[in-house]
Amino acid sequence: MIEFKDVTKRFTTKDGDLTAVSDVNLNIDDGEIYGIVGYSGAGKSTLTRMLNGLETPTSGEIDINGDKITALSGTDLRKKRQKIGMIFQHFNLLWSRTVIQNIMFPLEVAGVSRKERQEKAQHLVDLVGLTGREHSYPSELSGGQKQRVGVARALANDPEILISDEATSALDPQTTDEVLDLLLEINKKLNLSIVLITHEMHAIRKICDHVAVMDDGRVVEQGTVFNVFRNPKEEITKRFVSEEVDPALTDTNSIVEELIKSYPDGTIVQLVFHGDQAKLPIVSEIIHKFPKLQVSIIEGSIHQTQEGSIGSLYLQFNGDKESLDGALDLLKKMRVETEVIHRD
Amino acid sequence: MTNGSYFAFNTVDWNNMGAATWETVWMTVVSMIAVAILGVLLGLLLFETTASQNVWVKVLNAIVSFLVNVFRSIPFIILIMLLLPITKNLVGTIIGPTAALPSLIISAAPFYARMVELAFHEIDRGVIEAAEAMGANSWQIVYKVLLPESMPALVSGATVTTISLIGYTAMAGAIGAGGLGNLAYIDGFQANNNTIVFVATVIIVVVVFAFQFIGDFLVRRIDKRTL
Repeated sequence: MIEFKDVTKRFTTKDGDLTAVSDVNLNIDDGEIYGIVGYSGAGKSTLTRMLNGLETPTSGEIDINGDKITALSGTDLRKKRQKIGMIFQHFNLLWSRTVIQNIMFPLEVAGVSRKERQEKAQHLVDLVGLTGREHSYPSELSGGQKQRVGVARALANDPEILISDEATSALDPQTTDEVLDLLLEINKKLNLSIVLITHEMHAIRKICDHVAVMDDGRVVEQGTVFNVFRNPKEEITKRFVSEEVDPALTDTNSIVEELIKSYPDGTIVQLVFHGDQAKLPIVSEIIHKFPKLQVSIIEGSIHQTQEGSIGSLYLQFNGDKESLDGALDLLKKMRVETEVIHRD
Repeated sequence: MTNGSYFAFNTVDWNNMGAATWETVWMTVVSMIAVAILGVLLGLLLFETTASQNVWVKVLNAIVSFLVNVFRSIPFIILIMLLLPITKNLVGTIIGPTAALPSLIISAAPFYARMVELAFHEIDRGVIEAAEAMGANSWQIVYKVLLPESMPALVSGATVTTISLIGYTAMAGAIGAGGLGNLAYIDGFQANNNTIVFVATVIIVVVVFAFQFIGDFLVRRIDKRTL
């Protein structure tokens, strides 16, 4: 259990005080993957750097499994840090060490015996799927492989939590998914809590249980990933969610504009489906019940999240007012989230 | 007489030449060992005190930095004269290879210290932070991160320092420290024997090349950043 209580961090700079983190309250349960999403400068890195004492909060406190991180210093803090694994955007491996030597680094720091270091590191090499590469140097590895070493290194001292600081931001989409799958696998296998910082909603959707959205040092919205995706309240959250639900949003907008031009009498609606709704025959139902209504599909997409699927669909209706109102009413009855983008 | 010829090799006393070469190499190697140790310590001190917020640490950094700059600025030949009393106290004599050591070390150590400081600054800040995040203490960060991660730069810096030390030994030799510089000055220049000067020059060039070769070889062996 990780608790942030009224955590605030201010930096003094030449241009005056800068509040990087402001009054943050968060609870992270054991064994869950907690996402913290925000654009750069939102304060999410500062927030997590306070988790392992790399930064100390100006006010407020942080508890990890009952230990007040904010009250620790010196040897106690270093001992606790050994139990907090961290992976980084730029991997931060030692180039002078081989894969297995890098993984042994935290074990050396913790004073583990030579024999045990060897055994443990080898086990971790196997766990992250780098068997056969243990004697390679980081410069011989791809980005994805380097991050696998980073993950193995972070797990070496059997941590209580794992912090992932933009760990997939320097990787291509396919490698990102591989690393995210690895994190999910580790979370399930070891029941390890993971705090995942990212600016990519994709990463949140793929593996997180809960998410907190940060903007300008504050947590503006938090909840289960499913709820935040289904019902984003804040403007910034909507931006993140729309980026994800509809990666081709700008394209769709131009198509919508095109259609408004070519069908000035048409009505354009956006439908958002959640979970099993995505499987319902909504469009055929409308066509069936309102034969006088012309329905054309502009664009659609479906995404899988941890708790179910989320879909979005753009439709254009052409027809008499009665059929149109009936169709919108039907959508409401089916509890499909409907937004009329353009109505003549 | 040799009539100013550079190639009257029959006038060269090869035993003397061999002994002088040995003295040069000895002065270089012994002083370089001391310079490496002192330079790494000083460089580490400069590196660790650079970013501190503590006033006293800042003062310490300013003092060390100032002294390093002063000793780096003093021309070697003047430093020898300046240190004569100290050398006499320390070594008991101002003549011979051993007497050259204090001035060689004091002139080269600050030079190397700056290179060491620079090498530490070249290390990716993120790697040091990762080590901190893993719970490493300051000492572990020094010998597990700073030293191994900057080793190629430390070795190539040591190579450059060694080569300038060879130059210094020749200068020290000219005022009585022994070695090839001394031989070239006394038996060559003052005895009007250009062949001796020429042969001493060739040997020094060969010694410099040898050190450069060893340094480059070591850097290639330990540098795993690009493979």
